[in-house]
Amino acid sequence: MPDATVTYREALNHALADALAEDPAVVLLGEDIAAAGGSFKVTDGLLARFGPDRVMDTPISETGFLGAAVGLALIGFRPVVEIMFAEFAGVAFDQIVTTAAKHRYLSAGQMHVPMVVRVVGGSGLGFGAQHSQTTESWYTATPGLKVVTAASPQDAYHLLRSAIADPDPVVFIEHKRLYVRRGPFQPTAAPVPIGRAAVVRSGADLTIVASLAMVAESLAAAESLAAAGIDVEVIDIRTLVPMDVDTVVASVSRTARLLVVEEQPLSGGWSGHLVAEVVSRAFESLELPPARMGVVEAPIPFSHALEAKAVPSAETIAARATTLLGR
Amino acid sequence: MTPAALPAEPAQLLEMYRSMVQIRTFEDTVQKLYEKALVHGSTHLCQGQEAVAVGWAAALTPDDYTSYTYRGHGHALARGMSPEAAFAEILGRSTGVNRGKGGSMHLTDARLGLMGCFAIVGSGLPVAVGLGRGAQLRRETRVSVTFFGDGASNIGAFHESLNLAAIWKAPVIFVCENNLYGEYSRINLTTTVDDIAVRATAYAMPSQIVDGNDVQAVYQAAQTVVERARTGGGPTLVECKTYRQRGHSRSDAGAYRPPEEVTSWLARDPLIITRRQLLDSGSVTSADIAAVDDSVATAIANAAAAAEQAPWPDLAEITRDVHA
Ligand SMILES: Cc1ncc(C[n+]2csc(CCOP(=O)(O)OP(=O)(O)O)c2C)c(N)n1
Ligand SMILES: [Mg+2]
Repeated sequence: MPDATVTYREALNHALADALAEDPAVVLLGEDIAAAGGSFKVTDGLLARFGPDRVMDTPISETGFLGAAVGLALIGFRPVVEIMFAEFAGVAFDQIVTTAAKHRYLSAGQMHVPMVVRVVGGSGLGFGAQHSQTTESWYTATPGLKVVTAASPQDAYHLLRSAIADPDPVVFIEHKRLYVRRGPFQPTAAPVPIGRAAVVRSGADLTIVASLAMVAESLAAAESLAAAGIDVEVIDIRTLVPMDVDTVVASVSRTARLLVVEEQPLSGGWSGHLVAEVVSRAFESLELPPARMGVVEAPIPFSHALEAKAVPSAETIAARATTLLGR
Repeated sequence: MTPAALPAEPAQLLEMYRSMVQIRTFEDTVQKLYEKALVHGSTHLCQGQEAVAVGWAAALTPDDYTSYTYRGHGHALARGMSPEAAFAEILGRSTGVNRGKGGSMHLTDARLGLMGCFAIVGSGLPVAVGLGRGAQLRRETRVSVTFFGDGASNIGAFHESLNLAAIWKAPVIFVCENNLYGEYSRINLTTTVDDIAVRATAYAMPSQIVDGNDVQAVYQAAQTVVERARTGGGPTLVECKTYRQRGHSRSDAGAYRPPEEVTSWLARDPLIITRRQLLDSGSVTSADIAAVDDSVATAIANAAAAAEQAPWPDLAEITRDVHA
């Protein structure tokens, strides 16, 4: 049995545990992460293993504990903060986009902020408009932040380790629908650096680029398209800032067709940036105008009947690819 | 001078009891619907806290504004939301009060003065200040009452809101439902004071502590505080001591709570307290109480059944109401 399989949640838990064990500077902060093990149980068992000085429960004070994490980071700690639902970062935006993101620059490199903000995003579980966004765009427009999105247990482990080791603030976006997903897990494999996309399925007819839960949807779409004779390459973009455009350009130079899928409204989404980069660098290799799919331009509706239709799915991705290829 | 507040007469108290039983039965039914996998997403129920919602609603007029949280079903029902429209919203149906777009955490109805159900902790408080300030600027006598938890008093928005309301002397009433827990953390782990009410002192704001499980006590305190706000006396922080009988949300069984604590609060169930008051009044009989219980049970069962049969929303709802 070469690789054990674990869930995405367990992979994150292993990453936090290994980081805590290896580096005494790593500390965790968040609401109900210690005694209760986290609302989504990502930090389960860590308090018992590392104690309350390393794994800290906080009051409902996001500005307070995110700001405190910046202070800890300035003097050499490596805080990892959990934001229970991505939207809760909104009450403390200043500390992320205005303070953490700019402190290295404003101190002309005297200080830096090695912190990770783990935000739990994503739709599909009926949490309604204020608890279901992935929120990448809130961060991608802020120089000074890195934005990481892991889609598999293996990447969740390695990218979180890389984020914790990074000298600068990293917003690490997790998807609540992925927590229960299982996948192969090799903690001793080579690290996954921030800023490197992964080709997760090779194909010759069309390149689909996706992130987070949209990767699995795209892979499922690729399976059904294969049955129809369409050979799809799927790329997990994995990091939005910095973005690995090279891997996408290399793929498009072979497939000549591009579809980008994200779990956000397309206005201001990262797919627009990626498409613009690909077009300006590989215009000649494209046979078709690149296409994008995202969440409808609306808050995520609550009703199951509506929520499922507001977000791209394997079916809608496959349908779009079929139309795109004129099949 | 603020006139002395009077307790509710037996007939009114029986009506308040009916409202509390309605909330309890509604919440118990939501839990059953959730267990039947009919509720997508999460629910935050308020069993044990009914006297707060009902006592305050009884002291308000239809023109007053209320705002509250994800734990808001009781507040919506207490001010007149139809149980059927509330159930349908929680089930994501087209007949829901927000046509299924909001869900359990967002039962709002401006026609009833229900100005918002806020799912982000603390975010309702500054909005409530704006509602009260607006009424004040328009020289109206409306008041704005905002409900929030003990845990919310640790977030910046709470402090900013109290200060703003205080400097404006705005007709805003901050009602903290201290149910001893914020999610899975007991208040003593996150807060260094036992009484949230003391936090008003920092803003030179009057405050009051009330037994939040005694609807008469809540109603009497509410009348006095509402009258003060209506007559230009400014904001008040009222702390209602109460208890969340169930877990924080959906499947949370609340196992982190000491059993003795749960038992002692269950003995102080607001429904038990009100029933005793009704019987002690001499003008209400056990048969009267049983009749209320039965009629509420039937009405809630019918409302839930109707909501379960209601159609799903039209897909056009997905993009309707994003802009004008
Ligand atoms: C800004 C923000 N942080 C965290 C949460 C998650 N959360 C939802 S309810 C809750 C506990 C709130 O406790 P309290 O204010 O006492 O209200 P109660 O739930 O007891 O009614 C938390 C932490 C949130 N909704 N918003
Ligand atoms: Mg509470």
